[in-house]
Amino acid sequence: MQLIVNISLKHGVLDPQGRAIGRSLTDLGFDEVSDVRVGKRILLDIDETDEARARQRVARMCETLLANTVIEDYEIEIAEGESE
Amino acid sequence: MSLSGLRVAVIVFPGSNCDRDMMVAIEQLAGRRPSLVWHKETTLDPVDLAIIPGGFSYGDYLRCGALAARAPIMEAVLDHAARGGAVMGICNGFQILLETGLLPGVLVENAGLKYVCRDTSVEVVEGTASPFTEGLSPGQRMIIPVAHNEGNYFASDDDLQRLEDNGQIAFRYTESDIIGPANPNGAARNIAGILSTNGRVLGMMPHPERAMSPALGSADGATMLNATLQALAA
Repeated sequence: MQLIVNISLKHGVLDPQGRAIGRSLTDLGFDEVSDVRVGKRILLDIDETDEARARQRVARMCETLLANTVIEDYEIEIAEGESE
Repeated sequence: MSLSGLRVAVIVFPGSNCDRDMMVAIEQLAGRRPSLVWHKETTLDPVDLAIIPGGFSYGDYLRCGALAARAPIMEAVLDHAARGGAVMGICNGFQILLETGLLPGVLVENAGLKYVCRDTSVEVVEGTASPFTEGLSPGQRMIIPVAHNEGNYFASDDDLQRLEDNGQIAFRYTESDIIGPANPNGAARNIAGILSTNGRVLGMMPHPERAMSPALGSADGATMLNATLQALAA
């Protein structure tokens, strides 16, 4: 089963990279951009068939290593379709 | 205890690059070479000070210090700290200590988006109780270089207030005629280094092991490290 972890910076945490990208977009004429936040996407193939259990394990992984919950939030989703 | 009786260990991760500088610095001051301990070790022989040096452990993958914080040796370092043992993390070592949760907060990318490598003027903060500061005077200024891309200290307002109230802020960047503007990275409240609540764990961004001689621009790092060793040996 493949799961996707989306990691994003919490609100209120400065994102210098996002800010720089936002500035570049504005310079390129994309004036409608008011804010840019950059995150991470992690794909995990795990040996598990039960969705609830898989989510629970991946949440453990996020809390233990994948996210720093001082500054980051995470969301877990099941990837569409069966991956090889 | 004499300085040469002090047992110091420097932890080495793949990607550490200040381990040997630190080893030489401590040997110069204490007259005894610290042991270098590989990250795969699961035990730490009894030591008076465990040092987590600077560098790019695990290539800074995932987040700076995140993978190193979960390396086998760190459990032994955490046990050492839990027994009241002294731990000092410099630069990447500071990032690693934050990732273990031994110290609060996190170091995020520099506000200026650039790697910063320059001298900083660091002031010893008043009101700390720690072997890392007791041999220094409150308000004392030291010129010690930084070299990092993620040195921008961030913590919740509550945590920052707690650090202030508990005397856990050890060092702040200060303005200096020689160095120029104080804060090199946007760190909250100009924080350059913080302590654990019991004062036995220090994390700091500046590199004292790179300020060991006037020939290198400053010997203030030697002053700071020597004060620490003296306090631990007392």
